[in-house]
Amino acid sequence: MNSKTADRIATAIFGLIAFIIVAILIGLFAYILGNGLKHISIEFLTTPSSNVLGGSGIRDQLFNSFYILFLTMVIAVPLGVGGGIYMAEYARPGKITNLIRSFIEVLASLPSIVIGMFGLLMFVNLTGWGYTIIGGALALTIFNLPVIVRVTEDAFNSIQGDQKEASLSLGVTHWHTIKHVLLPSAFPSILTGVILASGRVFGEAAALLFTAGLSTPRLDYGNWNPFSDRSPLNIFRPAETLAVHIWSVNTQGIIPDVVEKSAGASAVLIIAVLIFNLSARWIGSKIHKKITATK
Amino acid sequence: MATTLKEKSNSQIMDENRRNDIVLEVKDLSIYYGDNRAVNGISLDIEKNAVTALIGPSGCGKSTFLRSINRMNDLIPSARAEGEINYEGINLLGDNIDVVALRKEIGMVFQKPNPFPKSIYENISYALKFAGIHKKSVLNEKVEESLTKAALWEEVKDRLHTSALSLSGGQQQRLCIARTVAMEPTVLLLDEPSSALDPISNAKVEELVVELKNDYSIIIVTHNMQQASRISDKTAFFLNGDLIEFDRTEKIFTNPSVKKTEEYISGRFG
Repeated sequence: MNSKTADRIATAIFGLIAFIIVAILIGLFAYILGNGLKHISIEFLTTPSSNVLGGSGIRDQLFNSFYILFLTMVIAVPLGVGGGIYMAEYARPGKITNLIRSFIEVLASLPSIVIGMFGLLMFVNLTGWGYTIIGGALALTIFNLPVIVRVTEDAFNSIQGDQKEASLSLGVTHWHTIKHVLLPSAFPSILTGVILASGRVFGEAAALLFTAGLSTPRLDYGNWNPFSDRSPLNIFRPAETLAVHIWSVNTQGIIPDVVEKSAGASAVLIIAVLIFNLSARWIGSKIHKKITATK
Repeated sequence: MATTLKEKSNSQIMDENRRNDIVLEVKDLSIYYGDNRAVNGISLDIEKNAVTALIGPSGCGKSTFLRSINRMNDLIPSARAEGEINYEGINLLGDNIDVVALRKEIGMVFQKPNPFPKSIYENISYALKFAGIHKKSVLNEKVEESLTKAALWEEVKDRLHTSALSLSGGQQQRLCIARTVAMEPTVLLLDEPSSALDPISNAKVEELVVELKNDYSIIIVTHNMQQASRISDKTAFFLNGDLIEFDRTEKIFTNPSVKKTEEYISGRFG
């Protein structure tokens, strides 16, 4: 076989692989949205759920999902970005640094159900909190942290053109260089990583089963006191998220319209992740353009 | 800034021996990467307000030497230097040297243009602001002054707030020179500043270097022999980490005293 033929075959194979991936993606989206969209209505989004009655909604689950995602990111992003900066800028190359890197990789590959069980021991039993939003957010932080550390480290290491040397050679300190040159340059990559991690967090069920729980108390959306039991903002209340709800109505639900409800909830989940991704990317490129003064 | 350096190393001042026209006095300088010696005990004096060219084949230690002057080798964990580089009577290699202050005094321009992905204006104001200059009028003045010195002002004055990455390679390199000059250093280290540029940009940078020598002491690493002979006053020839010959540029290029120098200059190796 001559090299020209080999080249053509390689091109065809990679084209085929790309086609398969896109086809799976489109098929999946079409299936979920096709089945679910017709069950989504304002009423579906604004009524609380029920385990026994038909015609219930996903209001609280939707809120819980966003709230847990928000709390997780509030904890995980500063920690993860800080850890990544340490790994890229401060850790001296050597055995200990390599060991830390291996630990982070192991942490990243832990199955989420294991993190859920760990969360049960730590954030539910040991702390005595029971099933809480904050427990769920902490479990998801563990799930999420290694990814953000890794993404940040990679983003710092792939900054182009010796900007670090340029800044240091002008008599600027290391920390100022990190804040004003390296972090802005790494920002778009870090943001992309955080978005991908958010998608995972938003759709995560296993780690939350035993930490945030399977129930939501009756919430009063007019109550903004975060210490009140009926306030949606209370971080020490149990909270069933959308992904957990899909799992629970399918396995335990006795409502008559299980299929419709889970199809609708799945579509909402996907749409939410999609909107979240696209808007975050848009914001990211806006901020990047502002920082770098490009048009 | 010099005050911090001076305070810290008063004991090291050696006023008697210092000649006024010497800005850097290098004594028995050896630089190691791990166990590997990259520079072997070199000694030379760098003249004030002159251009000193460092020439020699790749890997001869000239860039390593250059980067040791403003302590950029500190970034390489395995690098270590022995000997002395005296600046205003202070050994720059001392442990007590404030490298941040040192780098304000001894600026550097790199081989590949490396502007920050910020606007042209911010590329220059960035380090000035860090140095404590926040007044808009002073910043504007300094930006214009340094861009003028770098022969870039006329080309960019109407688009100071567009991205520096939109400039051509040659303009980017002159911006890098401008941003270094804006810090008002006394010594400028240029590490092959025009090797990545086209011939026209190269000529502009060369012109600029000759121009800048009135205000700064310049050390330039170059692979380009014509460049060294055109713009430098003194030339140092490095080979395998040794300083083979250091003399007036005319002497090095017309009548070198060491045979190796002559062979290198006439292109027989390297």
